[in-house]
Amino acid sequence: MPGLREAFIHLAGVRKVYGQHLAISDASFDVMPGELVSLVGPSGCGKSTLLKVLAGLHPHDGGELRMGSASHPFDPARDVGMVFQAPLLLKWRRILENVLLPAEILGLPASAARERAYELLKLVGLQGYEAKYPYELSGGMQQRAAIARALVHDPKLVLMDEPFGALDALTREKMNLELLRIWKEAGKTIVFVTHGISEAVFLGTRVVVLTAGPARMADNFEIDLPHPRTLDMKTHERFGEYTRRIYRLLGME
Amino acid sequence: MNSKLGRYTLGVLAHAALILAWYLFVRFGEVPRFVMPSPGDTLDALLQPNYGWWSNIVVTGTEIFAGYFLALVVGVALALAFTWSGTLEAFFMPLLVSLNMIPKVALGPLIIVWFKYGVLPNSLMAFSICVFPILLTTARGLREIEPELLDLVRSLKGSRWQLFTKIQLPGALPYIFSGMKVGAILAVAGAVVGEFLGSDRGLGYLMLQVQVTLDTPAMFMAVLLITLLGMLLYGIVLLLERWLVPKDARLA
Repeated sequence: MPGLREAFIHLAGVRKVYGQHLAISDASFDVMPGELVSLVGPSGCGKSTLLKVLAGLHPHDGGELRMGSASHPFDPARDVGMVFQAPLLLKWRRILENVLLPAEILGLPASAARERAYELLKLVGLQGYEAKYPYELSGGMQQRAAIARALVHDPKLVLMDEPFGALDALTREKMNLELLRIWKEAGKTIVFVTHGISEAVFLGTRVVVLTAGPARMADNFEIDLPHPRTLDMKTHERFGEYTRRIYRLLGME
Repeated sequence: MNSKLGRYTLGVLAHAALILAWYLFVRFGEVPRFVMPSPGDTLDALLQPNYGWWSNIVVTGTEIFAGYFLALVVGVALALAFTWSGTLEAFFMPLLVSLNMIPKVALGPLIIVWFKYGVLPNSLMAFSICVFPILLTTARGLREIEPELLDLVRSLKGSRWQLFTKIQLPGALPYIFSGMKVGAILAVAGAVVGEFLGSDRGLGYLMLQVQVTLDTPAMFMAVLLITLLGMLLYGIVLLLERWLVPKDARLA
């Protein structure tokens, strides 16, 4: 409930224009501290652009965007972790060194960062792989390493851009459960971009639906399913209602 | 390990087989010595002190290594300059692609006019022929950076220098080595061509001298030594690559 707790991210009528092209219009939603918000929509709906605006990579062109609050201050350099569709691990670095990259860029104390990297690799289930090179890991394992890398500098916000989009269906399901576990243990606020409707509902405490042509925000609602989420919730009646609601918004029903 | 050893053995066998075929061809084909000497004749030539092998090896080796080293420094430095300034790249890159089209061998007579003859012009010949592949592949390697990695560094407010040292340069290393390998072979050719065109020392010069008397064994030995110089340079490059670039990051 707004007012009771202050939003960690607040968007009101946020707009982003590239030349003549309107990439985002009137995005208005709040993200509470510790929430996992799914941004779902088809290609070209501006969800990745919105993520880049939140990451501070692009300025927005209109509306109000507030990052952080009095109780949860936000440092634009240190409080963003990013995960992309491709793991983007550096081939010439071992897994541990890959995870340490953000800490190096931020100039964090090395020994503490190493310790944390070891812990995080344990958290994402890669204990014992610290000295391996990326090519020695499967796609799913590489993405776990990328998640550890996004957490190493202890950011308050983790932005994920279709992180499991390149994985096979089974690995993807597994990674969804893993992500929920990591999210609970790490206690981060996560904004998760996907075009997978059931993935959006399964992961999110809240789902923001974006539509393409013209790009606009179509809906924003809470997912009232208990935590921890389990795979059999996908057959839950309410789960079906949520996914149908999104399908309808995207004009697919 | 077993198959690695097997491949090694096969490689050695292939070399031995070629030498054997050479021997048999000369022996039973009744090939005159001035057309093709036997392996034994060729080896004999090495033992003749009047050829001055060692000092000629030093001269040609110096030309190859000096020209190559200069090309490496200039090629990589220019490629780096291009990544720092897009304007510089847009201005010079098309020009360099055109200059690369010049058959470098055709520059030989000019280089002699400008620098007389000797080690310096021959090094420059080697330089001019191997600088372009090094420069062009390095520039390409530095450009090959995933835009999302750029986003990752920028989201952490990383500096351009950090982007360069942590991502761009190590990412370009496989390309740099790929250019260095091509360059290593060309540098040898450049130095020898330089000696053919005008010089008073070196293995290429020696070849021209003994050619007059149809001293084919010495010519064979000279070619062999030039090849070994090339293999030495190439081997050094391979070792450096193995040391600096992890297996999966290397370009085939």
